[in-house]
Formats: sequence, C-alpha cells, structure tokens
Amino acid sequence: MTSIVVFTLWCAAISTAIVIPIGLAISWALARLRWPGKSIVETIVALPLVMPPVATGLILLKLFGRRGPFGFLEVVFTWRAVVIAMIAMSTPLFVRSARVALEEVNVRYEHVARTLGASEARVFFAITLPLAFRGIIAGTVLALARAIGEFGATIVVAGNIPGRTTTLSLAIFDRIQLGKDSEAYRLLVISVIIAFVALWINEAIVRRRPNAGP
Amino acid sequence: MLALDRVRLPLAHFELDVSFETKARATGIFGPSGSGKTSILELIAGIRRPESGRIVIDDVVVNDVPARKRAVGYVPQGESLFPHMTVERNIRFGVRDHQTENFIQRVVQVLEIAPLMRRGVGALSGGEAKRVALARALVTSPRLLLLDEPLAGLDRPLHARVIDFLIRVRDELRVPMLYVSHDPAELQQVVSETMVIERGTVVG
Repeated sequence: MTSIVVFTLWCAAISTAIVIPIGLAISWALARLRWPGKSIVETIVALPLVMPPVATGLILLKLFGRRGPFGFLEVVFTWRAVVIAMIAMSTPLFVRSARVALEEVNVRYEHVARTLGASEARVFFAITLPLAFRGIIAGTVLALARAIGEFGATIVVAGNIPGRTTTLSLAIFDRIQLGKDSEAYRLLVISVIIAFVALWINEAIVRRRPNAGP
Repeated sequence: MLALDRVRLPLAHFELDVSFETKARATGIFGPSGSGKTSILELIAGIRRPESGRIVIDDVVVNDVPARKRAVGYVPQGESLFPHMTVERNIRFGVRDHQTENFIQRVVQVLEIAPLMRRGVGALSGGEAKRVALARALVTSPRLLLLDEPLAGLDRPLHARVIDFLIRVRDELRVPMLYVSHDPAELQQVVSETMVIERGTVVG
C-alpha cells in the first residue's frame, strides 16, 4: 500500500513539475499576447476539462500507441503513461488559474520595469511572476490534486498493472471491484489526508505571502 | 532635446497627431482629460509604438529602440511602485553597474527618502510614494524624465511639497523633464514652456 502511495505522489510530482513551466508559458501567451489561432489553443487547452477523462485517455492512446505519431516513445502501459495522463488532465486546471492570475497583474508595473531597463525575462521573473504568485500556487495545488486523483485517462493509456502503473485511484477502484472494502477505505483515508495536507500547505503559503497588489 | 515629428497613433475616439520640439529643461503638456497627454508620454517612453512619424531624443531617432534601452525615466499617473518590494528594492530595481552609489545617495538625499528605505510600499503615504517613484526613475540617470500628473490623487497640502521636490530635481539634478498636467497653475510653477493639446493635436 505504501508503494502505491509513493508511486502516485512520485508520478504526480513529476507531472506537476512538467505542468508548471509548460502551463506558465501557455498562460502567459494567452494572457499577454495577441496571436492568430489563440482561440483554438484556448479551446484545445480547455478540452480535457469538459471531455470524459476516458475519452482523453483514448486520444492519448492513439497518440502514444505503437502506431501513433509518438509511438516511438514506447510509453503506453508504463509509469510514463501515468505521468502523461496526469499532465493532460491537470494542465487545463493550472492554465485556468495561472492565466487569471497573470491577467490580474497590472501591466503598468511591467511597463515601468521596462523603462527602468529590465529585459523581458526580468520583467517576467521579477515583476509578473511574484505578483501572480497566489494564483500560480493555487493552480499548482489544483494540478497536483488533479494528478493524484487522476483515474479515467490513466486506466486507458497506462492500464492498471500492479507494481507498475497502479495509482491510488486505480487501487481504490481495484479493491472495490475485488470486494476488499477495508483496504479500499484505508486508501480512501490516505487520499483524504493527502488532499487535506495539499490544501493546508497551499493556504499556509498564500497566507504568508503579502497580497501582491492590484 | 526632444522632438516629435508627425507622430501618429489611433486612439479610441480620435487620432493622435503630434509635432513639437523642445530644448527646455522643463516642458509642460497641458490639456483636458482624455486629450492624449498620457499617450504622448507612453510613446516617448517606448511603451507604445507610433503608427508613423519620428520620435527624436538627443538627435537620435528612437522609434525602434525598446523601452528598456531608451534611458527615459517614466513616472506614470497613479500607483506604480512594485508592491512586493521594499522602497529600497524599488529604487535599486533599475540601477546598473555604472551608476555610482554617490548619485543614488544624492537622489535619496534630495528627495528625502533615507528614512523610508526599509519600508514596504504599502506603508507609504501618497506623497512619499510619489517621491519614491521619482527617485526610482532618477537613479537610472535618465536623459529625460516623463511625469504624468504627478500631483494626481494627492491632498492639496501635499501639492506644494511635491512641487518643491520637482523643482529641486530640475535645478539640482538637472534632468530634463516633460510634465503632463490638466492644471495650468501647477505647470507654471515647474516648467518654462508649455504646449496645449486638444484631441490629440498640439494647438498652442
């Protein structure tokens, strides 16, 4: 049981570590730039939020399956497929939160920073990012929680292979199917504790940080 | 020297079309709200790009020079201090290696900011925040200082004090300034020549 929890947290952590930079780049491009095809990208990014997770999993299976365009990566039914499913399902949540946070940063601060000689990278890392900190942390916690709880896409693209791709959610489902209710409840309690701790840490970080301004 | 030559920019209700040249140490731009004053400053600072025309600072056309390389200090209207930094970090944000500590200390002394340095931005009064914003722009040794309604939002009793600081910046630090205001009496105290702008065009 411990190994399932560790495996799930490990995969969710890797997924979130990948989602943050990718999601920040997408969020920044959506919040600050005008470009052709923006609305299409917005829709694609939001799709996993409204599509059945199993359908998203099927798309991933087609993309990463042996005959798919990314089949050469040979990730299907491995732990890497678990991470890919988590990324696909948690990126939209991160982007929604981070984009709003970035949009709320008054562009006046960025303009002034540029007139003070700051490069675009410095404007982003010294001004925009700290001012959007709360929303980005909230998005990170949401992404992590979504990754930990991921089920539908994972079971399609990674399967439920004990010791290889079984995550917390898959294990709970598995135990219920097998009638091992007490084990299922124990895993449930662990899930609740993880969710509680994640939200508590989020609150603590956000509260410690002074409001980043208008 | 600052010159704008047929600088055009479409705005919401009219087109900005501005030409002027000034060599004065302090030049005022007077006009009613919504006449395009702030847009002129943003064009000179490099925040906005003109549709056509030339912006010349010290004999160099700066149209294609990004804001960060223009060496133009900009103090926008309203709150502009970085709220997540202390006063000192705000002031040092634009400091580059070649700027001497002596000059920074001089600016801090002229604007009487030393006692504020460790404070958070949120703990400043309106007048203090204006002085810090001025200092932050000045320590970068700008070749031109742009002031957008520097007295806006300040109580009346504070006006004379901030004006006094602006005069000291003009006379002691000798930084050329372009001062935007909708109040002619305010401008008269600081600038030596004034342009009048209406609906995006210089009319006097």
